[in-house]
Amino acid sequence: MSRVWKFGDSINTDDILPGKYAPFMVGEDRFHTYAFAHLRPEFAQGFRPGDILVAGRNTGLGSSREYAPEALRKLGLRAIIAKSYARIFYRNLVNLGIMPFEAPEVVDALNDGEEVELEFEQGVLRRGSETFRLTPPPAFLLEALKEGSILEYYRKHGRFPGEGTP
Amino acid sequence: MGLTLAEKILSQRAGREVRAGELVVVEVDQVMVVDSIAGSFFKRLEQLGATPRYPEKVAIVIDHVAPAANVEVAKAQKEIREWGNRHGCRVFDVGRGICHQVLIEEGLALPGGIVLGSDSHSTTYGAVACFGSGMGATDIALAAASGRTWLRVPESVKVTFRGRLNPAVSAKDAALEMVRLLTADGATYMSVEIHLEDGAESLTRSQRLTLANLSVEAGAKCGLVVPSGEILELYDVPGWLYPDPDAAYVREVEIDLSALTPRVSVPFYVDNVQTVDSVMGKKVDQVFVGTCTNGRLDDLREVAEVLRGRRVAPGVRMLVIPASSQVLEEATADGTLLTILQAGATLGTPGCGPCMGRHQGVLAPGEVCVSTSNRNFKGRMGAADAEIYLASPRVAAASAVAGFITTPEALEQEVSHV
Ligand code: SF4
Repeated sequence: MSRVWKFGDSINTDDILPGKYAPFMVGEDRFHTYAFAHLRPEFAQGFRPGDILVAGRNTGLGSSREYAPEALRKLGLRAIIAKSYARIFYRNLVNLGIMPFEAPEVVDALNDGEEVELEFEQGVLRRGSETFRLTPPPAFLLEALKEGSILEYYRKHGRFPGEGTP
Repeated sequence: MGLTLAEKILSQRAGREVRAGELVVVEVDQVMVVDSIAGSFFKRLEQLGATPRYPEKVAIVIDHVAPAANVEVAKAQKEIREWGNRHGCRVFDVGRGICHQVLIEEGLALPGGIVLGSDSHSTTYGAVACFGSGMGATDIALAAASGRTWLRVPESVKVTFRGRLNPAVSAKDAALEMVRLLTADGATYMSVEIHLEDGAESLTRSQRLTLANLSVEAGAKCGLVVPSGEILELYDVPGWLYPDPDAAYVREVEIDLSALTPRVSVPFYVDNVQTVDSVMGKKVDQVFVGTCTNGRLDDLREVAEVLRGRRVAPGVRMLVIPASSQVLEEATADGTLLTILQAGATLGTPGCGPCMGRHQGVLAPGEVCVSTSNRNFKGRMGAADAEIYLASPRVAAASAVAGFITTPEALEQEVSHV
């Protein structure tokens, strides 16, 4: 079972990980413990691997800091369901192997703190007897996600998904 | 149907005509890495088992915490220097300036080129019609390792600025007005294509940098200014580097520069843009002039003009940080800095300063800062409830003198009333 951590619209990268807690400032081993330090101080302590983040519009706007989603990944996040995403954040999620689902109706239906079950490869979310379908990201990105991350993909194939042999 | 400027650049690079929505893998001209991301960048390259394919196309800039604020940062920066030497990559060290300003000054971002930066404000290069885009450490490492990147060809929003700014109004006000109209996610995944017409062609490179810089605050992938005016004098602009007249846009917006009044973006989102009048009189604790948005020579000159013969109000701290060593030199040589310092301002090392709340002027709980930067998110410059008001250098300087948010014009009036 996964707990839903629900946030509103426009959570930005300074909310997710304030700049002063960058790995560069506090060390590689500690930065993730400051996830949502200002907005929701209980988050990092309470988040269990497999829990999911649910958020509104323009999720992840702001800086390019990959260590913001990386902090979430380190806490065990594998999937986000949001109404929409900011561009760089979306790329960073895919690159880190976090599945970004875009599903405004599902976001509206879910409540903070409730328990759900997510089969993320199938894009199926269950709450009690209810089932929600989540549309997976575009094929190009799925190809990379299947290898675990785009890094793994590139290392293995020496090219980007969809690209001919270089 | 013709091509937008983004489609032109990506088509040229892909060697075939590409349209919005297509995925392309293209060669990049320059990869820019900032100090705070360098550690993750090295780690990703290691995970890939790769080194930079074209070391001369990788530049690392030590700017986000420069000079180092603690031992952790000092170690990271030491590693940057060693790594740069080992791999033959350019390192711009402490004091050279803010990444985006440095790349422009060094001619590493050129018209028609593609530059990826590990910093969201890499849209700034669009000022010279260079496809500049910000990405995370993994994408940046892949670009360094392969010399290429994948991009979805973006749709475009056309923003046309017409007419001339009146002297009380700055390019910053125009940029804030653009973000207000587009909203914080109005251009997500898109190219903001900026057209300057009916006198607006006279906007300088510096002013265009401010416009392109803020385009990312509307979610843009890139913010491309169609070349004209000073850009044609400073660069060889290829003949193909113009959008077709019949290009397709998702949305078109017009802004009349001559009708614009000073703007301010109020906490905690950049698109919360209002006229300065609506927050006039708000008490200020700190004023910060600098950053990749407004830390250039013309910005400092505007500040000096307002400060000449005046003093920063008691109880207000005014920090001035030139965007680069070149700006610092020029502002020293022409007396601009002396005027600023005589008014009681404090000078910082060229770099990002307190822009992202790490050092050199972070804010205490409840404090109010007028800043010439580009983000006023909660906690951005320090304490979570400190407030950041984004404004032009002129408004920042006037507010420092008054001790509350105001404009140079209102300041004049007040004086003549006494
Ligand atoms: S000045 Fe501010 S916005 Fe610009 S690169 Fe530095 S931290 Fe980012």
